[in-house]
Amino acid sequence: MSDRTSPSAVALLFRQVGYQNRLFIRTPIAAMFTLVFPLIFLVLFGAIFEGVDLAPGEEVSPAQFYAPGLAVFAAVSATYTNVGIGVAIYRDEGVLKRIRGTPLPRWIYMGGVVGSGVAIAAGGAVVMLAVGFLVYGIEMDADRILPALVTFVVGVATFSLLGLALAAVAPSGQSAPALANATLLPVAFVSNVFISVRNEPPAWLDLLGDIFPLKAFSDAFFAAFDPFEEASAYKPWLLLWMGVWALAGAMVAVRKFRWEPSTGAGGGGGRRGRR
Amino acid sequence: MFAVTVNDLTKSYGFVKAVNGLSFTIEEGEVFALLGPNGAGKSTVVEILEGHRTRDTGEVRVLGRDPGTAGQEYRDRIGIVLQEAGIERELTVREALVHYGACYSRRRPVDEVLDLVGLNGLGDRRTHRLSGGQRRRVDLALGLIGDPEVLFLDEPTTGFDPSARRHAWEMIEGLKALGTTILLTSHYMDEVQVLADRVAVLVEGRIVSEGTPAELRGRAESETMIRFRFPEVDPSSGPVVDMLGGLVGRTSLRNGVFEVCTVDPTTDLSLLTGWALERGGQLEGLEVTTPTLEDVYLDLIGDSHGAAGGAGSRDV
Ligand SMILES: Nc1ncnc2c1ncn2[C@@H]1O[C@H](COP(=O)(O)OP(=O)(O)OP(=O)(O)O)[C@@H](O)[C@H]1O
Ligand SMILES: [Mg+2]
Repeated sequence: MSDRTSPSAVALLFRQVGYQNRLFIRTPIAAMFTLVFPLIFLVLFGAIFEGVDLAPGEEVSPAQFYAPGLAVFAAVSATYTNVGIGVAIYRDEGVLKRIRGTPLPRWIYMGGVVGSGVAIAAGGAVVMLAVGFLVYGIEMDADRILPALVTFVVGVATFSLLGLALAAVAPSGQSAPALANATLLPVAFVSNVFISVRNEPPAWLDLLGDIFPLKAFSDAFFAAFDPFEEASAYKPWLLLWMGVWALAGAMVAVRKFRWEPSTGAGGGGGRRGRR
Repeated sequence: MFAVTVNDLTKSYGFVKAVNGLSFTIEEGEVFALLGPNGAGKSTVVEILEGHRTRDTGEVRVLGRDPGTAGQEYRDRIGIVLQEAGIERELTVREALVHYGACYSRRRPVDEVLDLVGLNGLGDRRTHRLSGGQRRRVDLALGLIGDPEVLFLDEPTTGFDPSARRHAWEMIEGLKALGTTILLTSHYMDEVQVLADRVAVLVEGRIVSEGTPAELRGRAESETMIRFRFPEVDPSSGPVVDMLGGLVGRTSLRNGVFEVCTVDPTTDLSLLTGWALERGGQLEGLEVTTPTLEDVYLDLIGDSHGAAGGAGSRDV
């Protein structure tokens, strides 16, 4: 038949991003974990560091040090954790198999997942930083907004791809949350996300953190907020290191990605609840 | 012009030969049904044609394409209703139809599709608040939304109440009238009788019978089923085997009941009653009926199923 002209790739991609966002918004538990959890951390840290002078002799709020880290944590939850768990569960439910049977190009599906991860991460980070600015008095020079944005986009794109890789290697939707947390949380503790190990950390901790992309993300992002940073807030080596991980994630995602439920050919437990 | 050709298709899962040298063709605009028991290989065949599964050997063409390598442009022209697939629970029925519809280059209006599958009034409900049968209709709706040239329906009416089944049949007939080529799988002989132009009965990955429903029905109408029990007789003893072997029809033993499928009931009845009278015995529960379609089907697939008591369902 000749009256078939495919919808444009750009329109489809935008539609997929919107669709993924909608799925996210309507999964309250996911929204809770990604957006509210880091905020709770922010409030707790605010209480813990109340009156602590992290920068003696300077007029700097303690939140200046932990708010950016928590914003990164929110962003990584929205991408790595959320994408990894969500995609694995939709696979088990047989939704991915249905999608594979449509003319939607596979890369556009994945692009939608990544795009939506970036959008949600941006939302989470904006909320965190807004609370940081308004409630906890953090500050930022206007000329560092762009470096922060560049770092942020590279970071969340990297962690979205790693989320896709996580979904690809997760044996099932049920094991995905455990896998996500078991890989993210220990790394988070050596990556200047919750607590800063900037002051004289043991060398092995430092090295451990250097290997994973999370520290690269949080350090590069923090540079835009660091009151003592004299040099440029761009950290090309850290961005490059994230890029290496992004590439590795993309390769695993593409090679190992499965569209069929892990149990049987159909949507076995198809109608189970999420998470 | 054939919409679908399958030639000597095989597919194994480890040691299980799911499809074992299968060949058939479907003409454009035809409704073709694969009928067979659980595990016969129906879904495997259909999913190979849909491009969901790989094949081991054999030649497969749908709309002139090889589904194993065809891409987006192929999937734009087919509609798939899987035996089991998930639906995003976060979406309403209408949202799902709009979303999936947007992937196709040509699509049916959402309201028309809702109407076709009998979901009008439920468009704004979240999919996880639907009943099982209603959700199945969403599956059907999603198969139709892209206005397919070839539609694959893997047990489309499973879980439907009787009226929904009739409704689905009407819908499928309507699609057929519009020229859609349809490959249907089913466990129900009556469904296949109503819908299909041609039927292939599949057992253990092979076609054991193929023809129009009328041809299958013909078999049913030309044969008579005689049922009875011999309570005190060992069915494998020499005289019994000899006597049964002398009948015109085929004999099988199901749950202790002998069934004789015959084109000459007068002769066979006289042989049987004569034999029983000679021995002073009774043909208990004697029953003479025309086999139903279900009987024909069971007879076709019978060897490996249903036949209890050790005797095969073909000639004893
Ligand atoms: N993914 C798989 N891995 C291993 N074996 C499989 C797989 N899918 C199907 N089989 C086996 O292949 C055979 C055919 O299965 P298939 O699903 O094609 O049957 P079917 O005719 O569709 O059955 P049903 O009527 O129950 O849906 C069965 O023996 C089944 O156990
Ligand atoms: Mg099946």
